[in-house]
Amino acid sequence: MSKVYAYILLMAVVTYLIRALPLTLIRKEIKSSFIKSFLHYVPYATLAAMTFPAILSATDYVLSSVVGFAVALVLAFNKKSLLTVAGCACFAAFVVELFL
Amino acid sequence: MRKGIGEFEDFRDGCKNAVPICLGYMAVSFAFGIEASKIGMTTFQAAMTSLLNVTSAGQFSALELIARNGSFVELAILQLIINLRYMLMSTALSQKLDTKINTLHRLGISYGVTDEIFAVSIFKKGPLYPMFSYGLIATSVFGWVFGTVLGSIAGQLLPQRLISCLGLAIYGMFIAIIIPDTRKNRTLLVVVLCAMTMSTVFTYAPILKMISSGFRIIIVTVVVAAIAAVISPIKEEANE
Repeated sequence: MSKVYAYILLMAVVTYLIRALPLTLIRKEIKSSFIKSFLHYVPYATLAAMTFPAILSATDYVLSSVVGFAVALVLAFNKKSLLTVAGCACFAAFVVELFL
Repeated sequence: MRKGIGEFEDFRDGCKNAVPICLGYMAVSFAFGIEASKIGMTTFQAAMTSLLNVTSAGQFSALELIARNGSFVELAILQLIINLRYMLMSTALSQKLDTKINTLHRLGISYGVTDEIFAVSIFKKGPLYPMFSYGLIATSVFGWVFGTVLGSIAGQLLPQRLISCLGLAIYGMFIAIIIPDTRKNRTLLVVVLCAMTMSTVFTYAPILKMISSGFRIIIVTVVVAAIAAVISPIKEEANE
C-alpha cells in the first residue's frame, strides 16, 4: 500500500504544475480561439464521461442507481443547488432499495 | 491605500467569501472520503490526497486507477487532461494580479486554483491581493480536508445500505454542475450528450472496453472538446 503515497505525490505534482506554470510564467493572454474553446468545453466533457455510464453501478443495485440518476437530472435541469441534487438522488436510491 | 500583497483585513475578507465554498466542499469531499475508504485507503491517505491535490474530478478519477494498481504514466496523463482547465484559470488570474507581485506569492496562489476559488477571485471587484486569496484558500481547503476525513471515517462505520446510496452523491454533484448550463447553451448540451454516449460505447463495445477507464475519460474528453471547439468556438467574453 506504500505505492499509494507515490500515486498521491505524483498527482499532486502534476496538478500543482498545471496551476503554477501559467501563473508564474505566462503573463500574456491566450490568443488562440481554439485552445480557449477547447479548455472551455473540457470540464463538461470530462464530468459527463465520468458520470455516465459509471453512475449505473454507483449503488448496489442498477435500479436504485437509475432512479437516483433520473431524480438528479430532473432537479439539476430545474437548477436546484448542488446539495439538493446530490442529497435527493441519494435519498431516492435509499427509498428504492428499501423495496429491493 | 493598501498595496502589494494586502493586509489581514483582506485575509479575513477572503475567509468570509469562502464560507459557501467551504460548506460545498465538505459535502463533495465527504463523498470522496467514502469512495477512498471503499478502495482501502486509510483516513490519513485520503486526507493527504485532498490536502495536496484539491481537485474533485481529478481525485475521484484517480481512485479507480489506484484501486486497480494502474500505471504512473496513465495517472499523470489522466490528471493532466482532467485538470487542464486550471491552466486557463491560472492564466486568467495572472492578468488580474499586480505585476509587482513576486513569484513566491504566485506559487502560493497557484496551490488553490479550483473552479470555485477561481470564480470568486476573478469576479472580485478591484485588484486581487494575495492575502485575499490565502483567506479563500485556507477556508476552502479546510472544508475539503475536513469533509474527506469525515467521509473516510463514515465509510468505515456506516452500514452498507447507506454507503450504497451515498455512492450516488458525487455523480449527483457532477450532474448539478454540468446540466444547468446545457439549458442556455446548445453546444454544451451536445457536448454532454456526446461525451456520455461515447463513454458508454467505450465501456461496453468489444475491444474498446479493454481500454482502462482512465484513458477512456481522457480520449472522450479530448475528442469531444476538440470537435466542439472547432465546430462552435466560444465567443470572446470578458471575464471581468
